[in-house]
Amino acid sequence: MTVQTLEAPETQVLSLPPDQAVIQVQDLKFFYGTKQALFDVTVGFKRNAVTALIGPSGCGKSTLLRTLNRMYSLYPGQRAEGQVLIDGEDILGRGVDLAALRARVGMVFQKPTPFPMSIFDNVAYGVRLYEKLSRAAMADRVEESLRRAALWEEVKDKLKDSGLGLSGGQQQRLCVARAIAVKPEVLLLDEPASALDPISTAKLEETISELTSDYTVVIVTHNMGQAARLSDLTGFMYLGHMVEFGETEQVFTNPATARARDYITGRFG
Amino acid sequence: MSAGKPRLSRRLSEFGFLAFCWAATGVALIALVAILWSLFRQGIGGLNADVFTKSTPAPGSQGGLLNAILGSVMMCAVAMAGATAVGVLAGTWLSEFAKDGRYGKVVRFLNDVLLSAPSILIGLFVYELMVRPMRGFSGYAGAMALALLAIPVIVRTTEDVLRLQPVSLREASVALGAPVWKTTIAVIWKAAQGGMLTGALLAFARISGETAPLLFTSLNNQFLSLNLAKPTANLPVVIFQFALSAYDDWRRLAWAGAMLIAMAVLAVTIIARLTTREPKRS
Amino acid sequence: MNAMKDTVTESPQAGAPEAKARGRTAKGTVFDRTFEALCFGAATLLLTALGGLIVSLAIGGWPAFKAFGFHFFISAEWDPVQEVYGASGAIVGTLVTAALALLFALPFAFGIAIFLVELCPVRLRRPIGTAVELLAGIPSIVYGMWGLFVFAPWFAKHVQLPAMMAAPPGSIWETLTAGVPNGANILSASLILAIMILPFIAATMRELLFTIPPAVRESAYGLGSTTFEVIRKVSVPYVRSGAVGAIMLGLGRALGETMAVTFIIGNAHGFPTSIFASGATIASTIANEFAEATGELHTASLIALGLVLFIITFAVLALARLLIGRQAHA
Repeated sequence: MTVQTLEAPETQVLSLPPDQAVIQVQDLKFFYGTKQALFDVTVGFKRNAVTALIGPSGCGKSTLLRTLNRMYSLYPGQRAEGQVLIDGEDILGRGVDLAALRARVGMVFQKPTPFPMSIFDNVAYGVRLYEKLSRAAMADRVEESLRRAALWEEVKDKLKDSGLGLSGGQQQRLCVARAIAVKPEVLLLDEPASALDPISTAKLEETISELTSDYTVVIVTHNMGQAARLSDLTGFMYLGHMVEFGETEQVFTNPATARARDYITGRFG
Repeated sequence: MSAGKPRLSRRLSEFGFLAFCWAATGVALIALVAILWSLFRQGIGGLNADVFTKSTPAPGSQGGLLNAILGSVMMCAVAMAGATAVGVLAGTWLSEFAKDGRYGKVVRFLNDVLLSAPSILIGLFVYELMVRPMRGFSGYAGAMALALLAIPVIVRTTEDVLRLQPVSLREASVALGAPVWKTTIAVIWKAAQGGMLTGALLAFARISGETAPLLFTSLNNQFLSLNLAKPTANLPVVIFQFALSAYDDWRRLAWAGAMLIAMAVLAVTIIARLTTREPKRS
Repeated sequence: MNAMKDTVTESPQAGAPEAKARGRTAKGTVFDRTFEALCFGAATLLLTALGGLIVSLAIGGWPAFKAFGFHFFISAEWDPVQEVYGASGAIVGTLVTAALALLFALPFAFGIAIFLVELCPVRLRRPIGTAVELLAGIPSIVYGMWGLFVFAPWFAKHVQLPAMMAAPPGSIWETLTAGVPNGANILSASLILAIMILPFIAATMRELLFTIPPAVRESAYGLGSTTFEVIRKVSVPYVRSGAVGAIMLGLGRALGETMAVTFIIGNAHGFPTSIFASGATIASTIANEFAEATGELHTASLIALGLVLFIITFAVLALARLLIGRQAHA
C-alpha cells in the first residue's frame, strides 16, 4: 500500500491496488444544476471490507454514495463527470443498464421504507425482478436474508403480516434483508441508524459487521463512534473534497491532515 | 389594543358576533334537517316493493322505478370504469412524470376548469359529440357525460395522494433495480390505494346525483332495457319529469326516487369521509 | 444498450457467483416507455376533452351568432315562434341569481367557518363539519324538488304575500314586489342557490382559517382581544386573498347550477322587473328547451347560450385560481 499525498498537505488519500478495489472512483465531479458538490474525488472501495464516509453536514458523502448506484439519474438536474469503475466498467457511461447496476449495488436508506406488502413479499420483491425461483427456493432465500439481517427469529411466524406493522428498528432490518436478498456485490448504507433508537442501532450495527464476509459495504454516517466501531477504512470529506482516506485506526488515532484532526477531535462538526 | 374603547361596546359586539356565528351554524343544520326530513316524509310514502320491481308506469297506473334504477346503475358503472382508468393514469402522469413542468401546470389548470364546468355544458358537448353523429340518444352517451364529470375528481385526488408518498419509497424500489412502471404500480399505487378509493367514491357520489348532463344524452326510457345503445332510463331524469307533472302517483314516485338518490349519495359520502380520517396502518 | 453482464469466473464473494453468471437484466424496463406514454396519453385526453367542449360549443352556437350578431347579447326577446332569440334575459337572470345567492350565503358561510374553527367544542367538530359537507353533497335535483314543493309554498305564504299586501298601491314597492304568489321566482331561486353554495364557501374558508399559524392568533388573544377583534383584525386580513378566491369559487358554482334553479325560477324570458318576477337563467333555459327545440336556430341559440355561460364561469374560475392557488375546488 502506498500512502500518497495529493496536492498540498491538504489531503491524504490512501490508494488501493486495483485488484482489491471493487469500486474505483476517479476524478469524480458532481453537479446539482450549476452548483458543484463534488470536486475531483478519487477513492477506491475495498472488497469485503466496510468503508465509512464521515464528515460534517453538506460535505458530499451522501452525494458520493448516490453516484455509486446512479440513484441521481432519477433527477434531471443532477449530473456526474469523471469515472466510477465497478469491476472495471465505467458506470457513468452512456448505455449502462441502470436496473442491472442497481441489482449489483444495493442501497439502504436513512428512513426505513418498507413496501406496503407482507414481510415475505418485501424481501422477495427484488428477487422476483430477476430470478424465477420455485416456491421452496424463494422461501429459502427469504429466510436466509432475514437471518442475515438478524430479523428471522422475530418475524418467522408472521411473514404474511404487513411490513408496516413492524417497529422502526425492525423495519430497517427488513430493508437490509430486502437489499441483500438479491445478493448484490456492494451494499450502500446511507445513515441507516440515524432514525433509530440506541438498542435498534446496536442490533443493526451487529448485522452490518456480520455481512462483511460476503459483501462490500460502504456506510455514510454522522456518528463517528459508529464509523470507528464498524469500519476497516474511513474517508473524511469536507465541502465536496475527499480530504483524508485510510485505515480506520490510523484516521481516528492519528489523522494526517489538520482538518480531519479538527473534525475528529470535535473542533467543528 | 383598544384601551380607550368602553368595555360595554366591545362586549356587546363580541356577544353579537358570537351569537351570529352560532346562529349561522344553526341555520345550516336546520336546513339540512329540514331537507332530509321532507325527503323522508314524502319519500317513504311512495316507497314500496313495487318501486324496486316494476318499471315506470303511465300516469294513473301502478309502477315503480326499476328501469330507472337499473339504468342509472349501468351508466354509473360504465362511467366509473372509464373515468377511473383515464383519471388514475392522468393523475399518475401529473405526479410521477410531469412534476412541475409547464405542460403539467396547464393540464392541472384545465383539469380544474373541467371540474368546475357547469354539468349542463358537458351534456351539450356530448350531445354534439355522440348524439348528433349517432343520430340518437343512448346510454353510452349518458355514461360518457358522467365520465367527463368524474374524471377531474379522480385526477385531482389521485395526484394529491400520490404526491403524499415519500420520495424514499420510490428510491427504495428503484435501488433494487425495479423499472419505473413496476415501482409505480406495485409500490406507489399500493401505498396510495386508500386515498385512490376515496377519490373514486367521491367521484361516484358526484355523478350519481347529476341530472342536467343526462337530459340530452341518455334521455329516458319508459321500459326496462339493458341496451345502452338506446335511450336509457335513469333516476334523475325520471324524477325531473315526474316531479313537474300534474299526476299525483308520478309525484309520489318522484319523491321516492329523490330519497333513494339522496340516501345513496350521502351514504357514499359518509363512507368516503370515514375512510379518509383513519389512515390505514397495515 | 449494453447490459452489464458479468462473466467473472472467480469471485471472493460467497453466494454471488451463480447470480452473476446468470446475467442480470430486470424484466420489463422496456415497458417503462409504454407506461409513461399511457399516462401521458390520458392526461392529453383530458386536455382534448376540454378543447372539444369549447370547440363544439362554438361550432354549435355559430349559426345563432351569425344570424343575430352582437344583438344576441343585448336583446331580451326570446321568441321560438318568430325565431328571434336574444340572450340578455337569461344572462341577467344568471348573474342576478348568482349575485343574490352569494350575498345571502356569504355571511352564513363565514359564520359557520368561524364557528367550526374558534367556537365549536372539540368533540362536536367532526360531526358538525360532516353535517355541513353532507349539505354540499345533496344532489341538486333534490334541492330542486324541496325548493318547489316545500320551500316555494312556504315562501309564497310567509314572505311573498305579506310583502305584496304591504306594498302601497301605485308605489315603486308595488312594482318591485309584483308577481304570481306561488313562490317560484328569482328571489326564491336565489335563496335555494344560497343554501347550495353555502357549504362550499364555508368549507374553503375553514381550510383557510386553519392555515393561520396558531402563534399569530394566540398572540392576538394574549393581548386581550375579543374573538370578534381577532377575526376582524388578524384572521381576515391574513386570509384575505384566499377568501376572495373562495367566494369566486362559490360564485362559479352558483352560475352553473341547473336543476335547483329550473324547478323554482318560474321560467319566463325577458328582463325581471321585480324581485318576485319569474325569470330564467342560462342553465334553466337550456334544460327546459333543448330537448324539444324547434328548429336549427333554436338549438343553435341554446348552444350559444351555453358558450356564454362557459366563458363567464371560466373567467370567474381563472380569477379564483389567481387568488387562491390550488387550494380548493368547487
